[in-house]
Parts: sequence; structure tokens; C-alpha cells
Amino acid sequence: MTAPGNGKVGIVIVSHSPLVAQGAADMVRQMVGDDVPCAATGGNPAGGLGTDPNRIREAIEAVWSEAGVAVFVDLGGAEMNAEMAIEMLEGDRAGRVRICNAPVVEGAVVAATEAAGGAALDVVCATAEELSP
Amino acid sequence: MDPTQDLRRTLVRTVAERVIAHADELTRLDQAVGDGDHGVNMKRGLEAVLADLDAIAAKPLGEGLKAAGMHMVGRVGGASGPLYGTLLMGLGKALADVPDRAALAAAFRAAIDATRARGKSDVGMKTMLDVLVPVAETLEAGGEGVLQAVRARAAAAAAATAPMLAVRGRASFLGERSRGHVDPGARSSQLMIEAVCDVLEARP
Repeated sequence: MTAPGNGKVGIVIVSHSPLVAQGAADMVRQMVGDDVPCAATGGNPAGGLGTDPNRIREAIEAVWSEAGVAVFVDLGGAEMNAEMAIEMLEGDRAGRVRICNAPVVEGAVVAATEAAGGAALDVVCATAEELSP
Repeated sequence: MDPTQDLRRTLVRTVAERVIAHADELTRLDQAVGDGDHGVNMKRGLEAVLADLDAIAAKPLGEGLKAAGMHMVGRVGGASGPLYGTLLMGLGKALADVPDRAALAAAFRAAIDATRARGKSDVGMKTMLDVLVPVAETLEAGGEGVLQAVRARAAAAAAATAPMLAVRGRASFLGERSRGHVDPGARSSQLMIEAVCDVLEARP
């Protein structure tokens, strides 16, 4: 987990597998260092494969800044649980969190590279989404 | 004790226990077309509901359903958590404490619409909606023996998902191979609806 701040868009990686999520976050850190706040979460509340909206919400809050947060998810349930997590956020934060329609690993790395340069949330997401056909 | 509290407790307990009792069957169905976790995920969520049964039954119906929905969202961990969570919370938002059939039908329709939006899905895609929407139609039509009609419609609708081609969720990865199996979410929806009918029919 990298500390939020410096006005850069945060990255949250959500996978059914905690190992996949952690691994993708490691790759992000290798690319951009600690310059971009990045959090990863995976696994269901019982420790098996799946996703947990409460932990996704915590991950978003951990990297939150006014610049917003780009969220990357793997399969169907992860997207829905990320939506639930965004709806649980306080105040008007939900409006500055986007689920990017992009592959988790490549999307997160591309987005973090863009965010490191100070790009706005829309640009960060649009760049990652160029990866999707 | 408030007599409706007793009914709420029986409803929630019966629905939860019915699905839990069929967890292995739901898992087998999900192994055929999905990732094999529907039974165990539903069981985990509904066990959290049962653990909070006293508090849920003590609330007005709508508030209790919202609380049950939050347990599903928080504990399930798969797609069925947000889907059933949205359904229950949608019902809770729309329901008066002692609804008549028309009020229940309207609330059910509103909850289904929320679930449809959550799953970005629709009827005919081999999902829980293929049971919920036909049941809503039967409930809206009302008439003599509506509970029997609802039960029959739910069973027929769940069975009718078997030949469907999955276009949402993990089952869609299978393409044509998704045909020939009842959708696990359609089956769990049928089980819940049957349990509700059982309780309502047994009322004195």
C-alpha cells in the first residue's frame, strides 16, 4: 500500500485472487515506484477466491485523493462488488471513482504510468481503456 | 410479541435454511456452467443472515430486508452477493411493513429492476432474472390461488433456463456448452420463492 497524496490519481486493483491482485500491484510499483498511490485487494470474506466490497471500499479510501481513483477488476462479480463499494463511499467521492474497462495487469500499469505524469482521472482511464478491443 | 415479527422471523429463517439445504445442488449446477461457488457463497451469506435473525426479525419488514441484503453483500464474495443484496435491499426500500399483494408486486418489480441494472442483464440471458421476471408477472396478475401459481411459474421458469445460451457472467465463457444445464442463480431464486410461498400458505 502506497500513501496517498500529491494529487495524483490513485489505482485500485481488484481480483478474485489475492495473489493476482498483489502481483499486479507489484508490477505497478516497479513501473512507477511509490509516486502513484496503489492498493490491491482480492479474495472473498472467507479467504477463498472472490471479492469483498468492504475491502474494496477500504482500498479506495486508502489511495483516495481529490484527483480520484481508477479501479481495475477481473471478472463479473469483482465489477459488481466494486460498484457496491463505490456506492458505500462517503459524500460525493463516488463521482470521482471510475471502474476502468481494461485488463487488470496491463490496464493498471498503463494507468499508473499515466497517473504518475499527473494526468486527470478521465485521461488515466481513457488511456487504460485503449487496451480493450 | 408482535405477530408480524413472528412471521418475519419464519420467512427469513425458512428462505435461508431452504437455500442452505440445497447448497450442494447449487454448487453442482454452478460447476456445470460457472465457477462452482454459488452454493458455498450463498450458504456463507445466508448463515450471516441467520446469525443476525433476532435483529432482522425485530425490525420493520423493509428495514429487515435491507439488513439481510447488506449481509449478502458483505459476506458472499461472488456475483450473487451484490445481485441478491441489491434484490433484498431494493425490496426493503419499497416495502411497507404489512404489504398487500399489489404492494408486494410493485416492490418486487422495483427490486428486480435494480437487480437487472446491477447485473447489466436481462430476461433470456440465463440468469436469476429468468425466474424473477415471470414470477413478478404472475404476482401482478394476482387472483385466486396466486401462491400456487407463483410456485408453478417459478419451477417452470427455472427449468426453462436449461436450454438457454448464457450471455452474462462466467457461464458465457462456455458459449454453446452452457446449454443443457439449469442456471444456478435461477434455481436459487426458485428455491427462495418456494420457501416464501410455503410460509405464506401455512399462515393460520
